[in-house]
Amino acid sequence: MFLAKVYVTLKPLVNDPQGIAILGGLHNMGYKSVEGVRAGKYLELHINETDKAKAEKVVTEMAQKLLANVVIEDFRFELDPIQ
Amino acid sequence: MRFAVIVFPGTWSDKDCGDVLTNVFHQEVDYVWHKETDLSSYDCAILPGGFSYGDYLRAGAIARFSPVMEQVTQMANDGRLVIGICNGFQILCESGLLPGVLTRNAHLQYRCQWTQLRVENTRLPFTNNCEQDQILKIPISHGEGNYFAPPDILDRLNRNGQIAFRYSNASGNITDEDNPNGSLDNIAGIVNENGNVLGMMPHPERSCEANLGSIDGSFIFESMIDSYLAQQPAKLST
Repeated sequence: MFLAKVYVTLKPLVNDPQGIAILGGLHNMGYKSVEGVRAGKYLELHINETDKAKAEKVVTEMAQKLLANVVIEDFRFELDPIQ
Repeated sequence: MRFAVIVFPGTWSDKDCGDVLTNVFHQEVDYVWHKETDLSSYDCAILPGGFSYGDYLRAGAIARFSPVMEQVTQMANDGRLVIGICNGFQILCESGLLPGVLTRNAHLQYRCQWTQLRVENTRLPFTNNCEQDQILKIPISHGEGNYFAPPDILDRLNRNGQIAFRYSNASGNITDEDNPNGSLDNIAGIVNENGNVLGMMPHPERSCEANLGSIDGSFIFESMIDSYLAQQPAKLST
């Protein structure tokens, strides 16, 4: 069994109005040192596989097909063994 | 002409589409639940607006894997007409039937308002009753209608005449002020390379009756019906 921690982020080319709004909020709170914010998604998947390579393959497939829209988003993930 | 109005969990404009097709244009309409797997008897599929699957993950992302989408893809490949309106446009982009993607409105607000659309290509089955550069008054109602495509895809859309509508002002000028959501190049609607699949954020079904403030949506439905009839062999009278 593995826990996949999947991070979905916007490609650098893509404008991120959410990130800009959050940046504005932080500036309003006085955190002037923040120069940029990009918002993304974090997902946790429990994968019932014993072989790590197989788990990697299936997470990659799921991320490409559904979890990320690869036109505008990149993804990366970590796989941790769990009981 | 037989229309299938596809209903996903969370679709909300299905009855608006069905109502105008039945009562304004007098066509045959069935509401087709997203679990159905046979669309062989239909001439056109409509993917209406709404929030399929609650727009979870990304608008349209989960609906594209509904069983009915295989048949919608088949219809698109057969050359039959497919139109996605609002959430339907988002589903068509997620499914890869149309290029690009619809992201959060640039100002982060949900917008429900009238827009003016300049007709960019009148050789499409969805627009051939329109005049070039005609302005259509059709409302939008969405939070994620900000069209984006990488530069190479945008080039291809322009080159192939795949941009159907752009947000404009009343004189037909394309300005930032008239862009309600930040869409790239004011794009409001696009077609696939074959021209038989249209996605648009504005709602033509909400502007087909004068008492709703505009009948300009009729140009789109009438174009579709006329294109379909023009393709049918003439019936011999006996």
